[in-house]
Amino acid sequence: MEIVLAPEKIAHLGGLTITNTLTASCLVVAVLIFGALLVRRTGYSLESRFYNLIEMLVETFLTVIESVTHNKTVTRYFLPIIGTFFLFIVFNNWFGIFPGMGSIGFWEEHEGKKILVPFLRSANSDLNMTLAVALASVAFTQVAGIRFLSLRKFIKKYFNLKNPILFFVGLLEVISEIVKIFSFSFRLFGNIFAGEVLMIVILGLVPFLAPLPFMGIEMFAGFIQALVFAMLTLVFTSTNLAGEH
Amino acid sequence: MTKEFAIAAIMIAASFGPGLAIGWIASSALSATGRNPEASSKIQSAMILGLAFAEAIAIYALVVALVLKFV
Repeated sequence: MEIVLAPEKIAHLGGLTITNTLTASCLVVAVLIFGALLVRRTGYSLESRFYNLIEMLVETFLTVIESVTHNKTVTRYFLPIIGTFFLFIVFNNWFGIFPGMGSIGFWEEHEGKKILVPFLRSANSDLNMTLAVALASVAFTQVAGIRFLSLRKFIKKYFNLKNPILFFVGLLEVISEIVKIFSFSFRLFGNIFAGEVLMIVILGLVPFLAPLPFMGIEMFAGFIQALVFAMLTLVFTSTNLAGEH
Repeated sequence: MTKEFAIAAIMIAASFGPGLAIGWIASSALSATGRNPEASSKIQSAMILGLAFAEAIAIYALVVALVLKFV
């Protein structure tokens, strides 16, 4: 049983180190792009099951976003990025429990022991990945704030010299934005990595049938985490549109 | 050996609070749904957000424990 916190390096491409989480996330991106191109090629047709499925998905996204924002233009603006966050995270999480994810790889000498380095590993079990997604999410929160408030109002939220209390509140706002990055990235990373560790431990204890219900739990947890990530981004962004306190 | 006990202590302490919180959130969401079944979808999404926040606290401790164990 070997559990490593950092993603394993599998190759070097010039100065870029390719880790197994990077390959997994690239595969997921490829699948998503392929799906998007497929929808575009199918075009609008009510006979196509795939098209109807995608339309249902987009409509669900729109309903959920509009239930928070109560505004059609803001909903249209939010849909691409919130939908992308959700789809990217949920596909990465589900891809992580595919057969062959942690089991196909090559053997490597490491500190005198032979260990298996898998080619693919669930992308969200890498803190770099979740940190990147969290940074993108918080950056989007700020960009949407500037886009829908005026720049003056936006700066006023964080930096206000009108009176000392408002100045202090602005400082707290800045701190809360920084804390958001950590809480986003650690929540996702912790959940998915803990799931991976749980699977390895259960597989070590009882190799047959016992891991099955845990795989169900993992699928559910992956879905919930993606939902929570997208929902929190949505809620933070729409509260950011409200301006200063 | 001391490190293993420290890890266990972290997890004991950190699962206590969020456990209480998650139970409380779910129970109040259920009683709210019971009082007003039409609002169940709204209550459900708010509940999931609350659960995520409560769970995140345990996850931070889990990350600390994992770092202690594997780094």
